[in-house]
Amino acid sequence: MAVKISIEHVQKSFRIKRNMGALKEEAQPLSALHDINLEVRQGEFMVIVGPSGCGKSTLLDLLAGLTTPSSGRILLDGKPIAGPNLDRGIVFQQYALFPWKTALGNVEFGLEAKGVGREERRKRAKEYIDLVGLSGFENRYPHELSGGMKQRVAIARSLAYDPEVLLMDEPFAALDAQTRETLQSELLRIWETTKKTIIFITHGIEEAVYLGQRVAVMSSRPGRIKQVIDIPFESRSSEEDLRSNPEFVRLRHEIWELLKDEVVRAQEQEKSKTLDSFKSADARKGVAKHG
Amino acid sequence: MANGRAGELVLPKAKESEAARWSLAALRKLFKNSIVIVVLLAIWEVTPRLGIINITFFPPISQVLATWWQLLLSGDLLDHTAASLSRSIGGFALAIVVSIPLGLAIGWWKPVAEYLNPFLELMRNTAALAILPVFILLLGLGETSKVAIVFYACIFPLLLNTISGVKNVDPLLIKSARSMGLNAVSLFRKVIVPASIPTIFVGIRQAGASSILVLVAAEMVGATSGLGYLIQYAQFSFLITEMYAGIITISVIGLIVNYVLVSLEKRLTGWKQNARE
Ligand SMILES: Nc1ncnc2c1ncn2[C@@H]1O[C@H](COP(=O)(O)OP(=O)(O)OP(=O)(O)O)[C@@H](O)[C@H]1O
Ligand SMILES: [Mg+2]
Repeated sequence: MAVKISIEHVQKSFRIKRNMGALKEEAQPLSALHDINLEVRQGEFMVIVGPSGCGKSTLLDLLAGLTTPSSGRILLDGKPIAGPNLDRGIVFQQYALFPWKTALGNVEFGLEAKGVGREERRKRAKEYIDLVGLSGFENRYPHELSGGMKQRVAIARSLAYDPEVLLMDEPFAALDAQTRETLQSELLRIWETTKKTIIFITHGIEEAVYLGQRVAVMSSRPGRIKQVIDIPFESRSSEEDLRSNPEFVRLRHEIWELLKDEVVRAQEQEKSKTLDSFKSADARKGVAKHG
Repeated sequence: MANGRAGELVLPKAKESEAARWSLAALRKLFKNSIVIVVLLAIWEVTPRLGIINITFFPPISQVLATWWQLLLSGDLLDHTAASLSRSIGGFALAIVVSIPLGLAIGWWKPVAEYLNPFLELMRNTAALAILPVFILLLGLGETSKVAIVFYACIFPLLLNTISGVKNVDPLLIKSARSMGLNAVSLFRKVIVPASIPTIFVGIRQAGASSILVLVAAEMVGATSGLGYLIQYAQFSFLITEMYAGIITISVIGLIVNYVLVSLEKRLTGWKQNARE
């Protein structure tokens, strides 16, 4: 199958501005992504797993065109990404629905941006509300919807303007287990009917193995693609059934083995972050004394 | 058949009790909303009559209301109210027209906001009335200085709230809109403005309250019409009931203004979650 997205030697670093006067000199760039290479095929369901803070959201922002890589490039259909565009849709972990718009209004938002006429817009928005199983809730405001419903609206919004690629950043992480499982199987159903290319980010190994055709495992910061694993299941009935499948268990274990050290390292990074700032301050004091 | 009859009989009864419950709830709400005021009015009526308070300086409410009615019939009250309202609404409207667009622009250009904010805070915390003499010096005792002082009092709460509304729009919403390819103009129109409306309305209500407050005080200092003038003039001429009639009129106007602004706010920000619900 044709390559849809190719990420070539992408690096991303942030210049962090610290407010604390004492640490001003420490404004060296923080490397979030280091030499990322990945190809995603047309119509593929690609899952990216990695420990917290490894740069998953950073990578997704790059794919969305919201930020640009420090070096390297990302090609979509062979052409470099020039910025945000309706050919890619994003679903954020925190829904990002417009609170002053109803469910229907939110789904229409992208269509309006695309320049679809009012009537057609309404019709299509209704279709997608139906698709995510929310008919009857069109006129509710986001604060009147549960977390799962909000995420359905967000998914409908991204699907409605018919992007070629769907980018999803831990979309189900804030949901309870039952809702998550329902939405997972619905997402698979939608993927099978719409044939979209999906890049799905998650913390959950089971979710990754259940959803993905391939799973890319990332290392702790600075993020790299550690390994890409093929998930060979043909049809996924439900996570429940798959869980007892010995192949599923083996793959889950394989990914866990790859992730284990990274998670530990990421946690250490988190912990030492605060300690570090004290240490380097101390070190400087030491130097000052010697000098 | 007997069953059918029974059903028919029960139905109207249920409806009746439903209606009764509704009106009972409405009554209870009315009671809750008015009991304290009613009690206070009763005290106002009784205490001067019993000689607990000096009746010349504090006439019973019934006398005040009688005077109020006469003032209304003579047309004086309407003239003064019209004079006050036109100044107050004029300054208020002018402030809205100027400061909301200005605030939106300042909030959008963050560096400008950072430079301007200390100045705006300073101006807001300079009591408008302290500047009244300056306005009178520069603009005289006429209408202009009164509209100007209301304008001045309204512009800072409006500006500051509009700016903070724009600055505090959830970045995730901006990100989400940008990901759908919105350009700067549509982003501003479709995301920034609607998202800041609740905060802007805080400013509108503050401005509404201070427009009346400042105007009344300004009319007391130098004017020949208006409710502030009426109160001040009545006091000087020892027309005590007229004075209280003026005061009551101002309270009622304040209440109405607040009510109008709150219902407008509810209409425009109905999508917002009410923390108390
Ligand atoms: N705008 C930014 N400025 C500075 N540093 C940033 C910025 N965005 C992200 N980072 C840093 O880059 C690293 C990667 O962040 P990112 O949000 O991509 O992680 P993540 O893998 O999505 O984590 P999580 O799983 O917790 O969502 C983190 O160390 C973070 O502190
Ligand atoms: Mg993230």
